[in-house]
Amino acid sequence: MPQYLALTYTADVDWWAPEHADELAEYRRFGQEHAGSLRASAVLHPTATATVVRVEGARGGTVVTTDGPYAETKEALTGYYLIEAADLDEAVAIAAQIPAAWGGAVEVRPVIAAR
Amino acid sequence: MRTAHDTVAETVRVEGARILATLIRTVGDVQTAQDAVQEAVIAALATWPVSGVPPQPRAWLTVTARRKAIDILRRERVRPGKEEEGTRMLDLARTDLPSDEVVHDDLLRLVFTCCHPALSPPTQVALALRTLCGLSPAQIAGVLLTTEAATEKRLTRARRKIAAARIPYRVPPPHELPDRLPAVCGVIHSLYTAGHAPVGGAAAYDVDACTEAVRLATLLHTLLPDQPAPAAVLALLLLTEARRPARLDAAGAVVTLDRQDRGRWDAALIARGITLLNASLLASSRRADAYQLQAAIAAEHARAASYDTTDWPEILRLYDLLMSVAPSPAAGLARAVAAAEAAGAGAGLTLLADLPPTPRWHAVRAELLARAGRHAEAVQALTASLVGPATDAERRHRAARLAELRALL
Repeated sequence: MPQYLALTYTADVDWWAPEHADELAEYRRFGQEHAGSLRASAVLHPTATATVVRVEGARGGTVVTTDGPYAETKEALTGYYLIEAADLDEAVAIAAQIPAAWGGAVEVRPVIAAR
Repeated sequence: MRTAHDTVAETVRVEGARILATLIRTVGDVQTAQDAVQEAVIAALATWPVSGVPPQPRAWLTVTARRKAIDILRRERVRPGKEEEGTRMLDLARTDLPSDEVVHDDLLRLVFTCCHPALSPPTQVALALRTLCGLSPAQIAGVLLTTEAATEKRLTRARRKIAAARIPYRVPPPHELPDRLPAVCGVIHSLYTAGHAPVGGAAAYDVDACTEAVRLATLLHTLLPDQPAPAAVLALLLLTEARRPARLDAAGAVVTLDRQDRGRWDAALIARGITLLNASLLASSRRADAYQLQAAIAAEHARAASYDTTDWPEILRLYDLLMSVAPSPAAGLARAVAAAEAAGAGAGLTLLADLPPTPRWHAVRAELLARAGRHAEAVQALTASLVGPATDAERRHRAARLAELRALL
């Protein structure tokens, strides 16, 4: 069965903050309703906690870390779902149920199948 | 005299989409199917001039394309799923032609795949021209005013996305059709507009883009005769096509609607357009959509025996509806003109004040100012309209008009 990674882009918030409890509950509800199609999922801490890692030159080179997310965007990558679906229409139908789809945007990317 | 090359080209254009549509379903991949059809065409071009055109070119091309597909699949040998591969090879080895019903369904699948909302609008147009109209990337580049290399790149990216993201090769279920059809109609309409009203360039209209759009609209309406949207878009295209011969004079200069020789309008196309529009309105339960309204406006113009007997209040009413359903700068400009005809230049100028200024906007404003007797301002507006993109014919028309207005100062 083909897999799609649904990346959720929303306001860069701390999901554990009490004011987001209702929203988080909506995400949980989505997760339960589509448990049969979801292979993995994660909610991420705000981008303020992100660290970008680069290695200079080639493997074994100096590790350089910088504070912050890879790309500064208005809406941030705040989580993902790994969806199993027969085709793009099915994947889009499921992604359209993720609360981020109306609070922000969901990017659906096909996953390369292991050979 | 018709050469074998012409016959192949014509057969491929007419039959190509049919052959391709079924082949895509059988091989499960747009790229492979297109390569196979392409190789079959090359084989025909190499053989037919020598051996003569076979009695049934469609059958010849279909069977040859299948054999080429088998060759390609054998060459690749990387596809997973052995069993699936076996049935696929058996299907491809057949020498009978698919029934008309099967081709009908496959063509619809192809239409909805090309016009899938996960593809960008220009990509949808390019794919439709490539697969459904059988145009080459060079021809498509001509229609879409881009380069052959850019078109090739766009098509390759699209085919890769269709395969990787698994854009399904299927007809949406009936309850989804009302949501999916506007996108398909949008592809057809934007293609027609690209030919009929290009933003700039030498030709006032490109016969090819319009003809291809009418071809696609006819195909869609034939495939879904009971759906109101394809009937409306075909009606709109035919009603516009009908008046096309009168839009330019023998010297290629623009002839405005008030001065057009209505005897040069195609009465048969107008009658067909009006019949289709009525059928579309009868078939739709929802309020009139943008295509129905635009077709109704075109029908009002087509019905009027002369410019002076045009029912402008009715046209203004239809534009008001259109602006509430699908507001656009072009519709806004046309509504201002209708308002000026129905209620005087002042009413038109008031509506214009709310619209973004473009070269066309300045040109329309100049006409309305001239009508209100404000000639100095009209000259200013018309001068402004000559800055920015416009077709050569339109530019000449405006320059001539500017000279007329200057003479009145």
